[in-house]
Amino acid sequence: MAFRYEVRLSGSGGQGLILVGKVLAEAAAIYDGLNATQSQSYGPEARGGASRSEVIISDGDIDYPKAENIDIMLALTQEACDKYVVDLKEDGILLIDSQMVTNIPKGNYKVVALPIIQSAVERLGKFLVSNIIALGIITKLSGVVSEDSVKHAIRARVPKGTEEINIKAFYTGIELAGNWLEKHGSL
Amino acid sequence: MEKKTNPNVRMWQGNVACAEGAIAAGCRFFAGYPITPSSEIAEVLALRFPVIGGNFIQMEDEIAAMGAIIGGSLGGAKTMTATSGPGFSLKQENIGFAVMAEVPCVIVNVQRGGPSTGLPTHAAQSDVMQARWGTHGDHPIIVLCPSSVRETYDLTIRAFSLAEKYRMPVILLSDEIIGHLTEKIEIPDPSTIEIIDRKKPTDTPENYLPYKMDDSDIPAMANFGEGYRYHVTGLAHDETGFPTNDPKKIRAQMLRLNRKIQRFRDDIVEVETFNTDDMDVLVISFGSTARSAKRAVINAREKDVKAGLLRLKTIWPFPDKEIEALYKPVRKIVVAEMNLGQIAHEIEWATRREKPVVRVNKIDGEPITPNEIFEAIIS
Amino acid sequence: MDYLYYLREDKMPHIWCDGCGHGIILKSILRVIDKLGWEKDDIAMVSGIGCSSRTPGYVDFNTLHTTHGRAIAFATGLKIVKPNLHVIIVSGDGDATAIGGNHFIHAARRNIDLTVIIYNNYIYGMTGGQASPTTPVGKKASTAPYGNPDAPFDISRLAQAAGAAYVARSTVYHVGKTDRYIEQAFLKKGFSVVEVMTPCPTSYGRRNKEGNGVEMMMFQKKNSVGVERAQKMSEEELQGKIITGVFVDKEQNNYLQRYEEVIDKAKQINQ
Ligand SMILES: Cc1ncc(C[n+]2csc(CCOP(=O)(O)OP(=O)(O)O)c2C)c(N)n1
Ligand code: SF4
Ligand SMILES: [Mg+2]
Repeated sequence: MAFRYEVRLSGSGGQGLILVGKVLAEAAAIYDGLNATQSQSYGPEARGGASRSEVIISDGDIDYPKAENIDIMLALTQEACDKYVVDLKEDGILLIDSQMVTNIPKGNYKVVALPIIQSAVERLGKFLVSNIIALGIITKLSGVVSEDSVKHAIRARVPKGTEEINIKAFYTGIELAGNWLEKHGSL
Repeated sequence: MEKKTNPNVRMWQGNVACAEGAIAAGCRFFAGYPITPSSEIAEVLALRFPVIGGNFIQMEDEIAAMGAIIGGSLGGAKTMTATSGPGFSLKQENIGFAVMAEVPCVIVNVQRGGPSTGLPTHAAQSDVMQARWGTHGDHPIIVLCPSSVRETYDLTIRAFSLAEKYRMPVILLSDEIIGHLTEKIEIPDPSTIEIIDRKKPTDTPENYLPYKMDDSDIPAMANFGEGYRYHVTGLAHDETGFPTNDPKKIRAQMLRLNRKIQRFRDDIVEVETFNTDDMDVLVISFGSTARSAKRAVINAREKDVKAGLLRLKTIWPFPDKEIEALYKPVRKIVVAEMNLGQIAHEIEWATRREKPVVRVNKIDGEPITPNEIFEAIIS
Repeated sequence: MDYLYYLREDKMPHIWCDGCGHGIILKSILRVIDKLGWEKDDIAMVSGIGCSSRTPGYVDFNTLHTTHGRAIAFATGLKIVKPNLHVIIVSGDGDATAIGGNHFIHAARRNIDLTVIIYNNYIYGMTGGQASPTTPVGKKASTAPYGNPDAPFDISRLAQAAGAAYVARSTVYHVGKTDRYIEQAFLKKGFSVVEVMTPCPTSYGRRNKEGNGVEMMMFQKKNSVGVERAQKMSEEELQGKIITGVFVDKEQNNYLQRYEEVIDKAKQINQ
């Protein structure tokens, strides 16, 4: 049977989560030869407030394009975490920013708390690349797309001149996830 | 180091696929007015047209945009406009003009929640009846509903072909989910795409009748400024195109206008079936909701419930014959749509209420989930 | 000249009433076309709905009789697709400035190369004499039986403010002027407007006791003031007067020229 992998990226408008969704979907569909869809919630939410972007990846047809049984969910703000965690499946991965999300919702999830935004600021000097760090973490934790494909998709998507810092951010994320896995064992 | 990829594979939004489909169909004039969730179509064409010899114009409102594409079509171009709910309401009078004067053009409505300003960023499928009867008077119309990004591309091209072939406006009724969904699409080789252009007159200008009654029921269309000086009006007219009050002539023209769709409905109506051979529950859906319906049917089959899906790609003219051919053996019919039963009502009519019709409806901007349809199938 | 060459003789008799000024404007238009030597095939005449908007039915051009108020919108699409056509719009005061007012000001702003000839008779003639946006305060209309409470538009000044490249006003009495203005408007490569005051004895004159068509034209003769003279007159002196003349005549890039620049820029960026 075809596999179906659901990703929800949530945070506040302006954190670049739609871009992450597009890059992830393109990595899967264009570079890994899988199927993928990406959608987002629009609305006043897109201008601050909780916002979300969703990616479905499959090796078969994707009929229903919305997430309802989520494998991995990213939450970069407490508000987004509280609002969107409902569809995370049992045993799914809840990836949170360890500083922004302090009140971890109860549930049968595997919680991965990492200093995503802090790493962007301290290690790369750029708050704006938090989203790509998160993308690196998701790539590593999910294993659903290849690192190489995501790297290509990043290069094709990000504004010219920002490729290197974004690739650095991506590997920062891979490293954060790698360290976490070493410490806590595989998911 | 470059990674090898198929250059024809893209990740496109439904709205992008619509714009690109229009270009592939030969559309070179677009007039529009911004409205969510359709604006990306205008934005893509504003970017693309100047490079490929097309014209994009942002008009002062949707009424003007609709007028401009009719004017452009009379000049000989394939023309399109795109809008959503409130803008679709504004276009109705001029859509009627295009029907009456038999001017080919394509109108895209990326449906959002209504009535009024409603839900600008959330999907609905509640303009089904407005697409059919939005303009006044007895009139034929063609309405196509895409369920995926690739199908948005294909049906946009088909919309132009049908518009040109039957000399009438064709509505592409998308919705916010499909319009904003980014999905993998493999762009077909242009040589495999069927493009149809309007029939040009073979008569001399002196003998040309723009609304000629002949066996074809579809008169040849001359472009303005190419030697055929004729008159175009929204008033009831005779074969010459000039207004008339003669009931006999009016009747003949009005019957022909409606007949051209009745007569060629088999060419126009397209549906897709899935698992319908041995079914005892028939699920009918269209647009984005048909994707949930397909998942529900698959899930039902896994539970040994014999469900099948009929997906409507053309909704007007209504696929009554296709439904007729399927519904007799089934126990019940489930109709899923993001409105309060606009298509269900039509299905009850087409099946003479011989089977129970279970309606799965939603009007809060949220998509109908596969599970909601599944529940209706097994209930 | 041979008017019949331009007319669709078989569409006569026309629908206009005795004493209606609309036919006088039509003759002016045809005289100018004849003088300029334009080919019939190269002309498109577009209108909305109204008595005035019936004009295209009578002339042997590419003719388009659209919906009420929308002629300019249709004409915009036609002109963009067929830029070599001479696209002429004929419209009424109601058609152009009530229901079609938005299209009118935006076409002026855009400065698209179209000519609009507005037959201003202060009234909705076709539908039986309802008030229009140019009906003066206090005048009677079927929907203003006690006198019109609404203030009127000055169409020429509206066009001027909105950015038209050429604006002039005349009356059907002053045919020489009308011909001259229409010719200048036709030759202008931009949005040009000629407002022609025309009597509607049937729906306006009778109700307001202004007499028949001839008497209404004599009123135009007596009460018209050229722009230059009007500048030296006080508001009071101008009460009830018709100011005629050329209000705007300027060169500025039109929409199609600016779109050419867009094409050049787009090609540079995308090459
Ligand atoms: C949408 C719409 N509303 C109303 C009408 C009715 N109608 C037809 S002509 C007209 C007024 C025409 O007045 P004007 O433009 O001044 O032309 P005139 O007849 O005075 O030359 C109206 C209101 C219509 N045809 N369409
Ligand atoms: S009603 Fe008035 S405008 Fe219409 S034809 Fe008669 S006189 Fe002319
Ligand atoms: Mg009038």
